[in-house]
Amino acid sequence: MNSSTRVSLPSRLVATQLEVGYGDRRVLNQVDFAVPNGQLTILVGPNGCGKSTLLKSLARILTPSGGVVCLDGQDIHQSRTRDVAKKLALLPQDPVAPEGMTVREVVAQGRFPHQRILQQWSREDERAVEEAMSVAQVNDFAHRSIGELSGGQRQRCWIAMVLAQETDLILLDEPTTFLDLKIQVDVMNLLARLAHEKQRTLVVVLHELNLAAAYADYLVMMRDGAVLHQGTPEEIFSPDNLYQVFGLDAQVIRDPHSDRLICVPTLPDLAVSRSAKLAVV
Amino acid sequence: MIRRIHSAHVQNHYSINAVLRHLLTLATVLAVLIFMFTWHVSVGAKSLPLDAVFQALFDGQAVTMTHVIVWDLRMPRALTAALVGGGLGVAGAMLQGVSRNPLAEPSLLGLMAGASFAVVMAVNTFHFSDVFWLPWVAAVGALIAAVVVWLIAQLAPGGLNSLNLILAGSAVTAFLASLVSVVLILNQETFEQLRVWLSGSLSGQKTNELKVAMPLMMVAFLFALYLSSKVTVLAMGDEVALGLGLKTGWLKVQVLICVVVLTACSVALAGPIGFVGLVIPHVVRLFVGVDYRWVIPYSALVGACYLLLVDIIARLALRPEEVSTGIVTALFGAPLFVYLVRARAR
Ligand SMILES: Nc1ncnc2c1ncn2[C@@H]1O[C@H](COP(=O)(O)OP(=O)(O)O)[C@@H](O)[C@H]1O
Ligand SMILES: [Mg+2]
Repeated sequence: MNSSTRVSLPSRLVATQLEVGYGDRRVLNQVDFAVPNGQLTILVGPNGCGKSTLLKSLARILTPSGGVVCLDGQDIHQSRTRDVAKKLALLPQDPVAPEGMTVREVVAQGRFPHQRILQQWSREDERAVEEAMSVAQVNDFAHRSIGELSGGQRQRCWIAMVLAQETDLILLDEPTTFLDLKIQVDVMNLLARLAHEKQRTLVVVLHELNLAAAYADYLVMMRDGAVLHQGTPEEIFSPDNLYQVFGLDAQVIRDPHSDRLICVPTLPDLAVSRSAKLAVV
Repeated sequence: MIRRIHSAHVQNHYSINAVLRHLLTLATVLAVLIFMFTWHVSVGAKSLPLDAVFQALFDGQAVTMTHVIVWDLRMPRALTAALVGGGLGVAGAMLQGVSRNPLAEPSLLGLMAGASFAVVMAVNTFHFSDVFWLPWVAAVGALIAAVVVWLIAQLAPGGLNSLNLILAGSAVTAFLASLVSVVLILNQETFEQLRVWLSGSLSGQKTNELKVAMPLMMVAFLFALYLSSKVTVLAMGDEVALGLGLKTGWLKVQVLICVVVLTACSVALAGPIGFVGLVIPHVVRLFVGVDYRWVIPYSALVGACYLLLVDIIARLALRPEEVSTGIVTALFGAPLFVYLVRARAR
């Protein structure tokens, strides 16, 4: 039943028996999680279950009270933080840039771990920023202030900053929340391309279950600070698991056009309630 | 016109052209600084022609009367004005960047009150007037005040946010100001000794103070330049900065040390002068954007120009009487700031 113990895929970033909390309150309980290389991994779970906490711990932003996170076999907290930043990038939930910072300036900050005191801005930095901006398609508004952009443009700008860091591993916390569905799909297409065409390893926290099932190479379901299920969507995207993790009553069906799995929440019978309303009128 | 300068800057932020443009602007501001400095030196009981001052400034050997007036009598005050203005500008810029709080500056965060309080206590209790130790006494006071403000903000409901920091800074400032008043009321002698200094004044002979404060401040300026690119990264938030491999805790300690040194030296030289640290970085950001590699050097130069100008006005306005520089700073600066913000908003 519990599929969280399955380990087989090669992985550079591994959390073992991870325990993390805030003050006295423990949020993650002995989480074991290996990020599969070169795949798009999507993390889902109810609000407050510890997804952001897990992501920040994997990115050494939070220090665990127990257990260890290893990057390439080395404890991530024992490594030089700049060296880690050349291998692993994090986009936190709801980042805020200083007022008046231009898109290009934000993206350029992604080069920070690659810079030296005496060599502030190299041709290599210039190339990386140009490339990141064109992959994330922010060239058109590169010189606008990030504060005056739409939500989708702003999110692409932050993704460009993370891309400019040129790391193999990229962790993103809810990069699509508050965006229109079309923009969400654009962002997810971009992330899928990064994994599949550029062999980057991505871990993405998502809210939207159907997008998660559609795009995940590897899906992880969390609840109450523990990983309950992990595997391909085909393996774990089931009504039972959705009920166990989210308390959600839903059918999982296969879309005949795309052959993808989608979940359809069970509602009180609409036909009945509509006719009931008519009767009242 | 302001707008044009700004958008010109924004394009190709990292190209050779942009760097050239920046160097050109920097050269212009530097020229303004030299002019202000010369003008400042020319003003006084005996008004000197600008060209004579200029000549005396750049010809170190001559032994004319003008030369003596320029080098021995007026130069220290001009240097003091430039250093204090630049120091407070840089201190404010760094605090604003690191705390992501547009209101952060040495006087609003309690550092200046801490430094002044320490100096008053030292003079009052130990009849302390050794200029060599004055900046250090001020630094200890500023540091303790900063830590207390930080702790109060941390423990307040809501934690370490902008509002709590400013409230804690105001509370500590008010508390220390009351203590200073009590000390001064009880001790007439200290009052007479410090009255002018406490209103923020550049008058009096500062040669000995300068010998101590100037090298310290120069080191602090260089340190601030070294930290500037990291301050830009930290201004994007702690989590983003940590993800980019910045040691945020260590950077904050370094910035605090730098700011404490700059504030303490300024207070030791000229007493508490508000407004410069708050407004100069804002004015600079209106023109050069939010990259602290530019904000910090420009804040130093513009701050220096500004305080030189203010001190000229302080001495000319009610001649032969002299207004305290600290009073003129805000009196003259507030309308100017409002004008600049409005001009930029258009
Ligand atoms: N900085 C913090 N201080 C205290 N508690 C926190 C902090 N951040 C998150 N928490 C708590 O930890 C739990 C997990 O939060 P989080 O990892 O953000 O959940 P998710 O991202 O899955 O919504 C929540 O109950 C939240 O209230
Ligand atoms: Mg979250």
